[in-house]
Amino acid sequence: MTDRHPGFSTLAVHAGAQPDPTTGARATPIYQTTSFVFNDADHAASLFGLQAFGNIYTRIGNPTNAVLEERVAALEGGTAALAVASGHAAQVVVFQQLLMPGDEIIAARKLYGGSINQFTHAFKSFGWNVAWADPDDVASFERAVTPHTKAIFIESIANPSGSITDIEAIAAVARKAGVPLIVDNTLATPYLIRPIDHGADIVVHSLTKFLGGHGNSLGGIIVDAGTFDWSKDNKYPMLSEPRPEYHGIKLQETFGNFAFAIACRVLGLRDLGPALSPFNAFMILTGIETLPLRMQKHCENAKAVAEFLSGHPKVAAVNYAGLASDKYNNLARKYAPKGAGAVFTFSLKDGYDAGVNLVSNLKLFSHLANVGDTRSLVIHPASTTHSQLDDAAKVKSGAAPDVVRLSIGIEDKEDLIADLEQALTA
Amino acid sequence: MNHDAYDDNYIRGILNNVKSIAMVGASPVNVRPSYFAFKYLAQRGYDMIPINPGHVGKSLLGKPFVAQLSDIGRPIDMIDIFRNSSHIMPVVEEALKLSPLPKVIWMQLGARDDAAAEKAEAAGIKVVMNRCPKIEYGRLSSEISWMGVNSRTLSSKRAPIPTQGMRLSLNRTSVGGGETAASDRAAKNKNELT
Repeated sequence: MTDRHPGFSTLAVHAGAQPDPTTGARATPIYQTTSFVFNDADHAASLFGLQAFGNIYTRIGNPTNAVLEERVAALEGGTAALAVASGHAAQVVVFQQLLMPGDEIIAARKLYGGSINQFTHAFKSFGWNVAWADPDDVASFERAVTPHTKAIFIESIANPSGSITDIEAIAAVARKAGVPLIVDNTLATPYLIRPIDHGADIVVHSLTKFLGGHGNSLGGIIVDAGTFDWSKDNKYPMLSEPRPEYHGIKLQETFGNFAFAIACRVLGLRDLGPALSPFNAFMILTGIETLPLRMQKHCENAKAVAEFLSGHPKVAAVNYAGLASDKYNNLARKYAPKGAGAVFTFSLKDGYDAGVNLVSNLKLFSHLANVGDTRSLVIHPASTTHSQLDDAAKVKSGAAPDVVRLSIGIEDKEDLIADLEQALTA
Repeated sequence: MNHDAYDDNYIRGILNNVKSIAMVGASPVNVRPSYFAFKYLAQRGYDMIPINPGHVGKSLLGKPFVAQLSDIGRPIDMIDIFRNSSHIMPVVEEALKLSPLPKVIWMQLGARDDAAAEKAEAAGIKVVMNRCPKIEYGRLSSEISWMGVNSRTLSSKRAPIPTQGMRLSLNRTSVGGGETAASDRAAKNKNELT
C-alpha cells in the first residue's frame, strides 16, 4: 500500500491536530501555561540539551502553537515551522539565523511598507544591509548579488499593488548565488500559491491576515522547506558550526532537513523572545480550518469588485492580476490559477483628494491598516502604511499618492459593489 | 530500491518489526547525537546494544559496550550505523558475516554508501540511508510534532501519553512524500545543482 495524499482542505482541518491524549478533547486545547513540569532531573536535562522531544517553557514552544506550526508546514509543503508573535517577528528571527553584521540581503522593492521600514532602518542598526531589486526585472536581482549576499526576499503577491512575482525565475537566481530564497506568502496563503513548489527555501507569513482570517489575532510563522544545504560552505555558521550554548551541537548535522526551523526556535525565539500567545494560536488555527472556503469567496468577490471598478467612469486604473487585461495576468494564471488574491489597488481620475473622499464616504468598507479580514477594508497607503517612504519609493512600491488599496472580504459582492458605487458618486 | 525518498510504510514496517538494534559508533558522551538517539530508542522499548571498541568494559545506560558485531553473540534485527559515509562499507561487510543475518541495516542522517547498500540488499537485508531512527519514530508517532515538525501523518484517534519504555503507535495515515516534499526533491537533486 502506498501512501495517500490527502487534499489541501483535509490538511487545513486535520494536519497537526489529534484528540488530546489526556482528556480526549477534539478541538485543539488552549495550553495557556508558561511552563511544563519535567518527569525528573534527567528529563529536564535532556530537554534543555535538545535531546528529547517535549515542552519546557512557552517562549520556546507550546502544544497549541505546535499544532499551528505543523498545520502551516503541511499546507506549505515544508518540513517544519515556527510560530511567532507577528509577521515582523518572523522576519527578524529568520534573518538573525542568516546574517552577521556586514552581511546583505537582496529584497524586492515591492513589499509591505512595514517590511521596507524594518529592512531599511531596524536592520541597519544590526549592521545588516539591504540591496533593493525590481521584482518585474529578474536581472536586477542577479546584478545585486555580492560576496556578502546571504538571502533573497520577495513577496509572492505584493502588498499593496497585488502584483504577482515570478518566484521560479528569482529562485533560479538564488540557487545560482548559493543563497536561500525567502518568500513572504501572506497575501496568497498556501491555498493560492505554494512558494516551496516553485523553489522557495523559507516561507514567512503574517498569520494575522488571511490565514487567521478574522482580524482578531496577531501572529507570524516561519516555514522551513528543508531544501537548503546550510553546511555546504561557511556562510551560515548558526546552522553549520557547533553551538556553545548547546554543548557543541551542530544544528544541521543533528536535525537534518528541519534544522532551520529548529535554529529559529532554539536560537531565535529563545533569545529574542517574540513568542506567540497560545490563545492567538488557537484563534488562528480555527481560522485556518475554513481557509479554502474563505479564499474562494475572497477571490470571487475581489474579481467582481475589480471588474466593477475597471468599468467605472471615475476610476483611472485598477491593478488586479485576476483581470485578463492586467500586466500580471499571465503570472497569475501560472502561479495562482485558483484566484489572484483579494488585495489590490486602484486609482481615481480626480487623484489624491478623490481617494480621500471615497474612503470617508464608504459605509461597509472599514478604513483601517490591515488586510485579509472577513470584512472588506480600505486604506490610502501613501498617507498610512507607506507614509514613511519618500515619493519615488512610494511609486516604486506600488503606493503612489493617488492609489487606494482594498482588501475584499467575504460579504455578498453585490453589497460591496453598491457601497463603492454610492461612495464614488457621493 | 529508491534511497532518495522512502515511502512511510517502508520505514513504519521496519520500526514496527525490529526489536533489537545494535548501534555501531554509539557514544557515551551525553551531548553526541548517537547518545541521545540510543537513549530515545531504549526508552521507546527497543533492545539496544552499543558497539564501540574504544569503550569495552564500560556500559551505556546500563547496556555493556561490545567491541564488534560478531561479539554480540545473539541474533539482532537491525544495525544502526552512526559513522560517516567513508566508514560504512567495512561495517556492512562485517554484518554480512553474521548468522543469522540482520534484517535491516540503517545508516544515520548524513551517511550514505550506495555500493554498501547494494551489497546488503543483494543478501536480502532492508537498507535505510541518511535518516535518523529517532526522528523517524518521532515523526511517524507524531511525538516530534512538539517541535513544530511536519509529521506528514494524520490521525483522528486519541493520542497515547508517551511514558518511559512505551512503544507509540506508528500506524497513522501518511500524507505521503514524493510530489509534495520539496526536501526530498532537494536531497535527490543535491548533486545535480552543485
